[in-house]
Amino acid sequence: MKFLEHKAKEIFARYEIPVPRGVLASRPEDVVDPPLPCMVKAQVLVGGRGKAGGIRPAETLEETREVAAQILGMDIHGYRVKQVYLEERLHIRKELYLGLTIDRSAREPLLMATAMGGIDVEEVPREDLLMEHIPAMVGLQPYVVRSLLRGLALDRDIGEQVAAVVRRAYDLFRKEDAELVEINPLVVTDEGHVVAGDAKLVVDDNAEYRHPEYAGLDQDRTPLEQEAHDKGIVFIQLDGDIGVIANGAGLTMATLDALNLKGGRGGVFLDLGGTDDPEKVKQAFELLIKAHPSVILVNIFGGITKADTVATGVKQALEEMHATIPVVARIKGVNEAAAKEILRSIGSQAAETIEDAAELAVKLKSGGP
Amino acid sequence: MAVLLTKKARVVVQGITGHQGQFHTRAMRDFGTKVVAGVTPGKAGSKIEGVPVFDRVRDAVLKRKANASILFVPAPYVKDAAVEAIEAGVKLVVIITERIPFHDCLDFIPYARSKGVTVIGPNCPGIASPGQGKMGIIPNLIFKEGDTGVISRSGTLTYEIVYAMSQAGFGQSTCVGIGGDPINGTNMVEALTLFQKDRKTRRIVLVGEIGGTAEEEAADFIKKRVTKPVVAYVAGRTAPPGKRMGHAGAIIQGGRGTAESKTKAFADAGVPVAQYPGEVATLLAAT
Repeated sequence: MKFLEHKAKEIFARYEIPVPRGVLASRPEDVVDPPLPCMVKAQVLVGGRGKAGGIRPAETLEETREVAAQILGMDIHGYRVKQVYLEERLHIRKELYLGLTIDRSAREPLLMATAMGGIDVEEVPREDLLMEHIPAMVGLQPYVVRSLLRGLALDRDIGEQVAAVVRRAYDLFRKEDAELVEINPLVVTDEGHVVAGDAKLVVDDNAEYRHPEYAGLDQDRTPLEQEAHDKGIVFIQLDGDIGVIANGAGLTMATLDALNLKGGRGGVFLDLGGTDDPEKVKQAFELLIKAHPSVILVNIFGGITKADTVATGVKQALEEMHATIPVVARIKGVNEAAAKEILRSIGSQAAETIEDAAELAVKLKSGGP
Repeated sequence: MAVLLTKKARVVVQGITGHQGQFHTRAMRDFGTKVVAGVTPGKAGSKIEGVPVFDRVRDAVLKRKANASILFVPAPYVKDAAVEAIEAGVKLVVIITERIPFHDCLDFIPYARSKGVTVIGPNCPGIASPGQGKMGIIPNLIFKEGDTGVISRSGTLTYEIVYAMSQAGFGQSTCVGIGGDPINGTNMVEALTLFQKDRKTRRIVLVGEIGGTAEEEAADFIKKRVTKPVVAYVAGRTAPPGKRMGHAGAIIQGGRGTAESKTKAFADAGVPVAQYPGEVATLLAAT
């Protein structure tokens, strides 16, 4: 789950991480009492909005409305701006960076900081990036914070405020099941306060059940992807035109890759996972048809998911939706023979290997046999 | 020999009374595995497929000498079940369950390792050593006993590749599904270390995918420490950045974790990379 800046800041504030005052607006006429002078900030789930013109200053109420009117509805890297956040302008003395993520290899949370805040952390030279591992079993120990502060070379008073932010951010990271907490910049103001200038928060989708309060937040999904998500189906829309339905993430990716090698492009990635419920397969297939693929490639290696269960679901969905999309099927594993028979009965073309299936799908799409 | 799982394993199935637990208990026994006990809290005294069920893992260890556990437990209960197994003295814990919050894994996986317990998974198809036993869900029929070790981040893609290998005459010493999550109990380098040491294993197949840097680390390790021939496959060369491709760990972030980077790392380490899954068998024939 990704969070818009204003929502992330609301959560930060709950953990007593200082954030600037701000108000949210969806229409220019909603702008009534912004904290002037302010920054008008586009609320989108994508980085780089500053460079794209999605963050601009305003001095007066009128100007704030004007700027808000210009930013609302903007397209930022494919994301339409539906809301702006009007935020108190900070007097910036210094910009730091603070991030918490996981180090997969170390199997530990990783705390990152640099005195070179405000720029993309990928662009910070490695030697200027301070990194500290935190063993989750024992939690954040004071030495980690000491080591970080030493590297940042801050005045004592500022250092204490930063230390508090680090502790609270780690607390948030753990309790909210975050996969990323990022404050960039963490601003030191002329008045000597430490404030989160921006807030990025990503929460583990697998922990959704522990955070029901976040259900229904606008996510980075197409309407069909959202519908699939609500039904518990792994469904990703891509920019090609061939629909791929397979069981298991790795096999689905491998099928898309094979299509690409044969000169085709996948339009939908549909992973049936380990389901063995014909109804679920039917639902998944209906979603696939709604994406209007030119050809559908079914690739099943039956195990927990029995091949004939998938075939039955595919048949039912095609018949009920009166769809006439050509289907290429490549079936192996448990109940292979029964599945092949069902798919033959609906006129699908069979292939033995993934390569052959991909080649056939590409041919069919370009009006081949 | 084989790695991780041999005939000595006495397996307890946690979550044995569920649909999956029951189905795979039968399949694992058909494969020759000694399934000695099941655990489902509140179901002690019953039997599943003739296997006695206990309330606690401790009882399975005391009364049935279980020394390895496989979990078919719903995601919210995995941390509890895994720690229970570790505390009961089990030395190998295989976690099939997917969609476990990774903060749970950050807690119990390092804990298991500190206790000298090997964890396989989560979000994995398990391990199988043909002729020895299976703790997992991979269909029995696709295996063939042999001398090739398999390490994979994927489930059904592993079936695909093992099937192609068996058809081509390359049997398996052990097949280890390390799982598709960002944090796994046993990673690629650790699995490679085991296969490099194993006398029965003469060559190794690595099945990777986008996300993280496990393949790059594996390639580096192969260059330095692995003398046996290795071939690889990497899924996700057409995956767009920022999209999570079904597995929690399969995501290209900040330009890292691409298939190109992994393929290049393997090539630099002298590891041939198959374009299609089935081609792994062809590459093995050339080693």
